[in-house]
Amino acid sequence: MIELNAQNFEQEVKNETSMPVLVDFWSEKCEKCMALMPEVEELEKKYEGKVKFGKIDAQKDRRFCWSLKVMSLPTFQLYKNGEKVEEITQDVTIDKIEEMINKNL
Amino acid sequence: MPDLYDCLIIGAGPAGLSAGIYAGRARLNTLVFEKKQIGGQASLTWGLENYPGSVEDPTGPKITARMREQAEAFGAIMKHEEVKSVDLSGKIKKVITNKGTYEGKTVILAPGASHIRLGIPGEEEFTGKGVSYCATCDADFFTDLDVIVIGGGDSGLQEGLYLTKYCNSVTIVEMLPELRASKILQERAANNPKVKIITHTAVEKIEGQDLVEKVILKNMETGERTEMPVQGVFVFAGMKPDTDLFKGLVDMDQKGYIKVDEYMRTNVPGVFAAGDCRIKWLRQVVTAAADGAQAAVAAEQYISENFAE
Ligand SMILES: Cc1cc2nc3c(=O)[nH]c(=O)nc-3n(C[C@H](O)[C@H](O)[C@H](O)COP(=O)(O)OP(=O)(O)OC[C@H]3O[C@@H](n4cnc5c(N)ncnc54)[C@H](O)[C@@H]3O)c2cc1C
Repeated sequence: MIELNAQNFEQEVKNETSMPVLVDFWSEKCEKCMALMPEVEELEKKYEGKVKFGKIDAQKDRRFCWSLKVMSLPTFQLYKNGEKVEEITQDVTIDKIEEMINKNL
Repeated sequence: MPDLYDCLIIGAGPAGLSAGIYAGRARLNTLVFEKKQIGGQASLTWGLENYPGSVEDPTGPKITARMREQAEAFGAIMKHEEVKSVDLSGKIKKVITNKGTYEGKTVILAPGASHIRLGIPGEEEFTGKGVSYCATCDADFFTDLDVIVIGGGDSGLQEGLYLTKYCNSVTIVEMLPELRASKILQERAANNPKVKIITHTAVEKIEGQDLVEKVILKNMETGERTEMPVQGVFVFAGMKPDTDLFKGLVDMDQKGYIKVDEYMRTNVPGVFAAGDCRIKWLRQVVTAAADGAQAAVAAEQYISENFAE
């Protein structure tokens, strides 16, 4: 998964037109996020070449998260042609993430 | 992997992990299924000061990580899978997850409980946009901001006090005339300059543009409404059992809490329930762990009586 931040978000997410981008907002303190991470990495392999996977460490970049209207973990946003098309937050399961991906392929 | 397990445990909170420890030590072939994070609710709080033996900076994540380690050391296997349905009717029980079907001689139901949504206007809309149900997950976002905590019970005060490490101010609102939290937490809240407590008051509405900007409070006595600017709303206003999957399969009360006897047996032979999901009056880590132990030992006994070689 690509490490995203305020500097490369434009380039990696906003300007990505060849495939949807899944953005995983996480932090080490978020147990739910840490439990999901290995499964999200599995999904990344499964959707290789079809979906781009990135993650943002919310602890490092709180203000940037605010600017993306994220104030809760875990949050997963899906971008298509640079636009946010869907988001799930808090009661997140790996099935819900995959569902969101499939809906937007 | 055996085709037939001795014990299938649904949920890896304190109840399921404790059951895993006891089942493992009894040399039962045991799986523990968990759909979210291992440790359950208890892994989401920095509290846990009241669990016996948890002295010196105990935290939920630390203690539950140890419970997991302990269960695995005795042979219980963790499965990060969501149980989607169960068939408890026959002598051999079936547990169907998002990844496969497992058969067992016994099943221990330990799905715990999850927070209640209040159902007030703005709550759903602003979930993840200022409304939160997990202080340890989200506290960082509210650094130097003002937040309100809904619920004056143990969780509300404990999580409210945790939030004071980050927030500018923490207002705890309780609908009842008095707080319900234990006295020690009430004392700490009263002595913390960042905490303000408002009783006999309900949060009626959450408002904002893209993110939470304010709440409307209603005084339950006078009916008077006031506005309060806040950026965060943390909800700790009660729990409901996660037992929808088992409705109609085992006996429950009207709220969905599972009925068991003192051996943690449900009305279905070979099926046990432990922890926050069952009818009882003190829902804590210590009682969940106790339930898990009893359920596992009862399961062991059930197996020796019903599956003699
Ligand atoms: C904010 C907060 C603070 C708390 N503070 C304290 C404290 O200081 N001291 C204390 O003693 N107690 C505290 N508690 C209460 C304590 O956490 C619970 O009583 C305890 O965790 C209950 O354990 P349990 O194993 O029964 O359920 P849970 O901890 O709820 O665990 C159940 C697990 O089962 C999983 N599960 C459910 N359904 C399925 C399924 N279909 N498939 C797979 N897995 C499933 C869930 O994801 C969950 O992880 C607190 C609770 C909260 C919310």
